[in-house]
Amino acid sequence: MNNLLWLIPVLPLLGFLILSLAGKSLSKTSIALIGVGSVSLSALITILIGLNFLNDPPAAGFISQTLYTWIEIGNFKPEITFLLDPLSLVFVFVITFIGALIHVYSAGFMKGDKDYSRFFASMNLFVFSMLVLVLADNLLLLYLGWEGVGLCSYLLIGFWYENPQNGYAARKAFIMTRIGDTAMAIALFMIFSWFASLQISDILLKAPQLFQQGDTTITIIALLLLAGGIGKSAQLPLQNWLPDAMAGPSPVSALIHAATMVTAGVYLIARMNVIFELAPIAQMTVAIIGAATLLIAGFSACTQYDIKRVLAYSTISQIGYMFLALGLGAWTAAIFHFMIHAFFKALLFLAAGAIIETLHHEHNMFKMGGLKNKMPVIFWTFLIGSASLAALPLISAGFYSKDPILWYAWSAEKGNMIFWAIALLGAFITAAYTCRMVIVTFWGSSKTEIGHMPGSLMTTPLLVLAFFSVVAGFIELPHNFGHFTLFSDFLHPVLPEVTMGNETWPEWIFQLMASLATFGGIYISYQLYSKNPALILRLKQSSLATALYQFWFLGWGFDRLYDILFVKPLTYLSNINKNDIVDQIYSGISFISIKLYRLLSYTQSGSLRWYAMGLLLGAIIILTIQIVT
Amino acid sequence: MDTIFYITAAVSVFATLMVITRHNPVHALLYLIVSLLSLSVIFYLLGAPFAALLEIIIYAGAIMVLFIFVIMLLNLGKETAKQEKEWLKPRIWVGPAFLSLIVFAELFYLIYTSVPETNSAIQTVDSKMVAVSLFKPYILAVELAAMLLMAGVVGAAHIGQHKKSNLHRFLKETDDL
Amino acid sequence: MNTTIPPETVMLLAALLFVLGIAGVIIRKNIIFMLLSVEIMLNSAGLAFIIAGAKWAQPDGQIMFIFILAMAAAEVSIGLALILQIYHQHKSMDIDRLKEMNG
Repeated sequence: MNNLLWLIPVLPLLGFLILSLAGKSLSKTSIALIGVGSVSLSALITILIGLNFLNDPPAAGFISQTLYTWIEIGNFKPEITFLLDPLSLVFVFVITFIGALIHVYSAGFMKGDKDYSRFFASMNLFVFSMLVLVLADNLLLLYLGWEGVGLCSYLLIGFWYENPQNGYAARKAFIMTRIGDTAMAIALFMIFSWFASLQISDILLKAPQLFQQGDTTITIIALLLLAGGIGKSAQLPLQNWLPDAMAGPSPVSALIHAATMVTAGVYLIARMNVIFELAPIAQMTVAIIGAATLLIAGFSACTQYDIKRVLAYSTISQIGYMFLALGLGAWTAAIFHFMIHAFFKALLFLAAGAIIETLHHEHNMFKMGGLKNKMPVIFWTFLIGSASLAALPLISAGFYSKDPILWYAWSAEKGNMIFWAIALLGAFITAAYTCRMVIVTFWGSSKTEIGHMPGSLMTTPLLVLAFFSVVAGFIELPHNFGHFTLFSDFLHPVLPEVTMGNETWPEWIFQLMASLATFGGIYISYQLYSKNPALILRLKQSSLATALYQFWFLGWGFDRLYDILFVKPLTYLSNINKNDIVDQIYSGISFISIKLYRLLSYTQSGSLRWYAMGLLLGAIIILTIQIVT
Repeated sequence: MDTIFYITAAVSVFATLMVITRHNPVHALLYLIVSLLSLSVIFYLLGAPFAALLEIIIYAGAIMVLFIFVIMLLNLGKETAKQEKEWLKPRIWVGPAFLSLIVFAELFYLIYTSVPETNSAIQTVDSKMVAVSLFKPYILAVELAAMLLMAGVVGAAHIGQHKKSNLHRFLKETDDL
Repeated sequence: MNTTIPPETVMLLAALLFVLGIAGVIIRKNIIFMLLSVEIMLNSAGLAFIIAGAKWAQPDGQIMFIFILAMAAAEVSIGLALILQIYHQHKSMDIDRLKEMNG
């Protein structure tokens, strides 16, 4: 069973190859069959291997399978080796399982699109890249998957390439993540020069021997790795590509921007946990970035009217929580939140996609309204997803994953009150914008004619995801009730346990406050958008609120800031050098040669008498030499 | 003997000078024949009777007749002479003449400063010696000269033929150059 | 028929004729005259060969003269044919009008 591991990434690759090479000549049914089938099969294999893994854990703690040696130069010998340990099993499970559900949904969603095969080819390639990323046993192979993911995000965001706006969004995503990728590449170079290996297990084993806690080198490596993670995971300085990336089709948003790609950074940091434990400064930076991002993205989400942009900002915010957990050393909590988030965010994106599709590509949620009774399936699934996002206590999975992060924010050794306060405020905001989204979309009066309802191909994945959005939380229960730690026990062989430090109040107080924050957010939104709309109007009249609204709506002006900081100086500089000084040298050379050639061409006058004159002059010169010497 | 040489030398130089300065091509041609004949005398004096004969027969005879034919064919008469007069202005010939003078001065200097040979007696080289050496060591060169002459004949026949120009109509020039 | 003319003097005559010939090539614009001047130059070269042969009492000088003669005959036949064509096409004997390069 375990030797089927290689099939998990290879099946989507096969699907991609078939679809991209022969996609033009296949019927839509067979395209869907191949596209969905490849990912579904690897999901099936993953579940089988996963069950096997759980029942009969391998002695080494992981399964590895070497396909072949990629490069062999002296000691440097990266292989195409897939390694499955608990951490990658979680990721592989999420990628293939949710990926398969999204593919099923896409088969219905993209039915009318003329580039059906291109879509599934890109999706399959994306799943393949992501699987390579998480299954890689060395950093070079991981980097291959990492770049493949970047490429596929470009292909899929710009999928509807006829609209230049989408192409712009795709380029933005590509370039922004590329900044992080460059930092990561430098990190890999440094790791190789210090460890003389890119084997992940080697690095994790050797790091504590090679470096003291807080060495400069290891801190730099950790920070560079973090920069790579930030780029992919859309965290603070590089976060503004994600909202624009909503230009792609909704299943793409679900697959790339909610469930898998953006979590590559989380995976990288979790995978390199030893390095980050050795570099407290870098780990603190992770936590700070996470905290700042979750707050900033939360505020921005409150102001958006495009339903997908709300979800995009909420994704950034939720990944902020994961980063915060990683920074606090609560590795398992971060991974748990990743898994739960993948379920409910995929669900929300897919449901939003269904709504948008039904309402004739209407993205503005203020023009939706009153869909509660018209689309009951979508409504209930969306509600469950929203509940999870808002971390509704006890009944939603989101509560069980987010609550530990809030608790660790203060109680962990690296935590403090500020982190906790930010996280709590974030929870409050999350509840507020989630509730706002639900109220505005599903309650109130109907504003847009609805088209044909989504078929069962699209609703079935929603139901499955909704089921998991509720149930998945119960595999890890807080310490004070149940203390059921199936998930973290599973992960502890690879991820260290969180070190508790600060003496604080008992955990139930934290849970109570988190619940209060959630309910507070819901109440405020309910007041503003349902009960008392006049309040909004009054808010709109105050200039401060309007300014803040504008500021948050534009994502804290990061686009403007980068425009001023980088784009403007660059265009200014390139304007100065419009004539390209270096090029002037070369054009100068050609200019001189042309002049000289013109000069010489005067001698080629075609006049025979001048030629004879030349002969005579030559004779004179030769004779003169004869005489003189 | 020496006197005859100097007289013929003077005649040939004078005649050559006239060739390059005449306006009328026929006059120039006649002067050239004079120059060739005087050169043939010099050849004879230098002990090369065979070369002297060839000079008269082939050069002054055959080649010059060709020139005359061409001049007749082209009907170059008084008009050409008038045109030549216009072309041959001092402004045009002073420079080249000066350069030529320099070349001559240098040659003169070189020839007279070279080491004089003690044995300066000139002996006759008769036609038999020429013939023997021509058909023994130089036989290959003779064959080559024959081929050259044939090429000359074929080339002249080819170039000289009057063809109707069959240029493409776009390439035809309306006014002559 | 032994003469006591110094070979240098004859050489000088050859040089003089050669220079006259080259001067003729340069100063004349008419192609016919240029061709005549070329003949003069060839002749002077032949004279130089003859005197050299006579000086060493070798037949090679005369043989070279014969080759020059053959070459001159071939050259003149081609040259005159070209002159005919030029005159036919350009209605002029002016060498300067033949140049089609712009330099």
